Amino acid sequence: MSLLDTPVHDLGQRRRSLAQSLHIDPPLLLGLLLLSGISLFILYSASGQNIDLVWRQVVRLGLGFTVMFAIAQLNPAPLKRWAPWVFAIGLGLLVAVLVAGEIGKGAQRWLGLGVFRFQPSEVMKLAMPMMVAWYLSDHPLPPTAKRLAIASLIILVPTLLIAKQPDLGTALLVASAGIFVLLFAGIRWRVVAGFAALGAALAPVLWYFMHDYQRQRVLTFLNPEQDPLGAGYHIIQSKIAIGSGGLYGKGWLNGTQSQLNFLPERSTDFIFAAYAEEFGLLGILVLLAIYLFIIMRGLLIAVQAQDTFTRLLAGSLVMTFFIYIFVNIGMVTGLLPVVGLPLPLVSYGGTSMVTLMAAFGILMSIHTHRKLLPR
Amino acid sequence: MAKPTTLKDHFRETRLFTHRTITALAFTVVLMLMLMTRLVNLQVIEHDSYAVQSENNRVHIAALPPTRGLIFDRNGVLLAQNLPSYSLQIVPEQVDDVDVTIEQLRQLITITGDDEQRFRKRYQSSRRFKPITLRTRLSDEEVARFAVNRHRFPGVDITARLYRHYPQGNLAVHALGYVGRINERELQTIDTSNYEGTDFIGKTGVEKFYEDILHGEVGVQQVETNAQGRTLRVLEQTPPEPGLNLHLTLDADMQRIAEQALGEERGAVVAIDPRDGSVLVLASMPGFNPNLFVGGIDSKSYHALRDSPDQPLFNRVLRGRYPPGSTLKSFIGLAGLEYGVVEPNASIYCPGWYKLDGHDHRYRDWKKSGHGPVALNRSLVESCDVYYYDLALALGIDRISSFLEPFGFNDLTGIDISGELAGLVPSREWKRHAKREPWYPGETLITGIGQGFNLVTPLALASATATLSTYGQHLRPRIVAATEDPDTGDVVDFPVVLNIAVPVEDHANWHYIIKAMTDVVHSPRGTAQRIGLDAPYKIAGKTGTAQVFGIKQDEEYVEEDIQKRLRDHALFIAFAPAHEPKIAVAVIVENGGSGGAVAAPIARKVMDAWLLDKGHLHDTSNTGEMTP
Repeated sequence: MSLLDTPVHDLGQRRRSLAQSLHIDPPLLLGLLLLSGISLFILYSASGQNIDLVWRQVVRLGLGFTVMFAIAQLNPAPLKRWAPWVFAIGLGLLVAVLVAGEIGKGAQRWLGLGVFRFQPSEVMKLAMPMMVAWYLSDHPLPPTAKRLAIASLIILVPTLLIAKQPDLGTALLVASAGIFVLLFAGIRWRVVAGFAALGAALAPVLWYFMHDYQRQRVLTFLNPEQDPLGAGYHIIQSKIAIGSGGLYGKGWLNGTQSQLNFLPERSTDFIFAAYAEEFGLLGILVLLAIYLFIIMRGLLIAVQAQDTFTRLLAGSLVMTFFIYIFVNIGMVTGLLPVVGLPLPLVSYGGTSMVTLMAAFGILMSIHTHRKLLPR
Repeated sequence: MAKPTTLKDHFRETRLFTHRTITALAFTVVLMLMLMTRLVNLQVIEHDSYAVQSENNRVHIAALPPTRGLIFDRNGVLLAQNLPSYSLQIVPEQVDDVDVTIEQLRQLITITGDDEQRFRKRYQSSRRFKPITLRTRLSDEEVARFAVNRHRFPGVDITARLYRHYPQGNLAVHALGYVGRINERELQTIDTSNYEGTDFIGKTGVEKFYEDILHGEVGVQQVETNAQGRTLRVLEQTPPEPGLNLHLTLDADMQRIAEQALGEERGAVVAIDPRDGSVLVLASMPGFNPNLFVGGIDSKSYHALRDSPDQPLFNRVLRGRYPPGSTLKSFIGLAGLEYGVVEPNASIYCPGWYKLDGHDHRYRDWKKSGHGPVALNRSLVESCDVYYYDLALALGIDRISSFLEPFGFNDLTGIDISGELAGLVPSREWKRHAKREPWYPGETLITGIGQGFNLVTPLALASATATLSTYGQHLRPRIVAATEDPDTGDVVDFPVVLNIAVPVEDHANWHYIIKAMTDVVHSPRGTAQRIGLDAPYKIAGKTGTAQVFGIKQDEEYVEEDIQKRLRDHALFIAFAPAHEPKIAVAVIVENGGSGGAVAAPIARKVMDAWLLDKGHLHDTSNTGEMTP
């Protein structure tokens, strides 16, 4: 007992304040608000001074923060109880979307629910880490081989369903959310290495099952110049935008690549390139510093979480957030193939932002509902 | 037992989790450093390269087409100018569906099948971001209608540009030529960078010959464009250099008089100032309106012009090759004198026909009853064929062809208009090559009266006449006198060029022929006496008729009975004043019949205009070599 009675908790207790009773984590909130500010700033420029678009993003952010606050009020205990049910519903919806989903942008991702459409794969982004954490948390860690096998199956089924839609980006996030739970649960590095080797061996098989456009993306990634006006255009223009930004950038509203429409998807997936062009390497340092701050705070929350379930869940959510960032920037800078993932909280766009903010809501809930031991 | 185990596990798990969290943080930091390395690479190390690529994306070079030079006649009358016109252009990459767009545009603007066809041809081959012209020369009303509906047509725009206009219409079309759209073949030969933004190029005439001078130098403009290719602003520019204006030697008033004098006839009139080779009149009739060709002629009008039996598109002056007929007798007569073959006063008897020794064939004289005894002067005045059959035989074909050559009968005159054809003076050599046959004496006879293989263009005939009038100064005919820089007003005169000086044996021989030619016009028996009656100056001339088809031995040539198309061509050459020439003229009226009755009056009108109306009769400055 005394080991858990750390000075941090003491400090927390003494500062039990307005923020604590509102179930808000001020450092996390600060980081998120800074990101939102940057988002609005660069969106105004990248959209060609389209103030309407900026207002729509403000509304979305407002919705996101509302969701975050609402979820932060919930005690994490019911989250654990609901985990299998949420996962089951998510899985059911994924099957439904394959059977009866609507096709948008060449992929079956949407499920019409009367007035609005939504993507069941978004539910899975939260349901996956909850489920795996639930499955592993009631038993001693690191998990046994049998438990590991079942956990792998829990990860694999929804991932394949989402990849089948096809939505490679989300499949990647959902899978990594599950995998991070396993990693935080302490599976041995030997096993991790084994899985990595297996994955490498399966790559050709994966290639065989890929859609043509996905293969094209991989080929384009390997050699963007082979088709400079077609598939490679995005990456080439993105690299030009980033590279021409230089150390200090071209200045706000002065990025020729984005202002003159050379950069495609510059408000959404490629907004990082627009930002890099106008604010340069120094601007990027600021942005990455904010991201790193949020991640560190998130990991601290995970370390300070009081039970295995919330710990695993928090760790996984934070690392999934990082995967978002890494994949997006990697793609925009030409390090990774183009998978349609937005830059979290900066890109213009709706659905994924709400999911993200819900995840931060869970983090805040975990952190602010701790039972303060020395009562 | 269970509780301590759980506690122990709890402790172990917490430690394990903390380790894993630290690993995760390290993992995050390492990956972020990887991203930073990549970004430093892009933004610092390769920055220069990407900065250049970004500039190349943004900055484009736009051509500023030069203004084409104007063309004036010798008195400053405007013959070719540039007028603003509105064209409708489509940028393919900015239009979703070209077919639909064209259909919608049809409701506002007339678009003919030809317009659409031309557009589609270019649409196939040109680059997606380059505007393609759909319609040219929109009316003001069409411009207004489109302007109101512009928002419905992204990627469609109206541009104002200059188009060529010939304010005098048909006048001198065969000298001026016209401009038209640049075609595939021309694209191979021109410097395409200098024609960026230019649609038109000289197709014929002066417009073609002086294309380089008229066109000017293209200017360039650095413009900032967006990804769709729309120009946003001008960064830097080098203005174009306009083409030079041309001042022709042509006299528009005289040209009009010549064309009106030809009237409905098919034919050609060329007038040259023998003192400097200046072409005063260059008329080929019928003509056509060059303005039809500028915007792209519709196929119906084009076929009508092309298929007309009167051949209005045919440049008779430069490309019409006619037998010179009796007009050649002046030159053959001169050859006889210069070679010492004839004694001017010695007569031969003309019975109305001529026969070669040992042959039955009768070479007929145009006057069936014969001219009786004929000496050189009378042979020209009355145009006796028999005299020249005899003279030609005495000269022989070799001396005839070598004598005629320096007059330019066998060559291009070298006039500065595109498309000239050379005439033909037959020779043994030529016949061996062209016909693979030896030369027959009978062919020498008909060469002596300008028939047979002899062919000459109206321009070469006028030039030879001018050469005769100046005692052998064969100047190159020229149509452009000077260029003028439209910006500075600097005028550069073109030099007079001597093609060749015809070797002169004795000036008296030339004087004799010229005197005989004045008798053709001014003596009562002269074949052109009707134009000499009231002339206030002396004209030296020679009529001619060129046979279009052969008449059989015993047939009679009755003009009225012969279809108009088969009638003889009427020819007349002249210069005046006879002993101080200021104008030399050649007239050919196709199927006109008699040279004296039909062609000579036209020449008289042209000479009157120059010498009387324009007052050149009393010029004192003479550049050519004159009568001694």
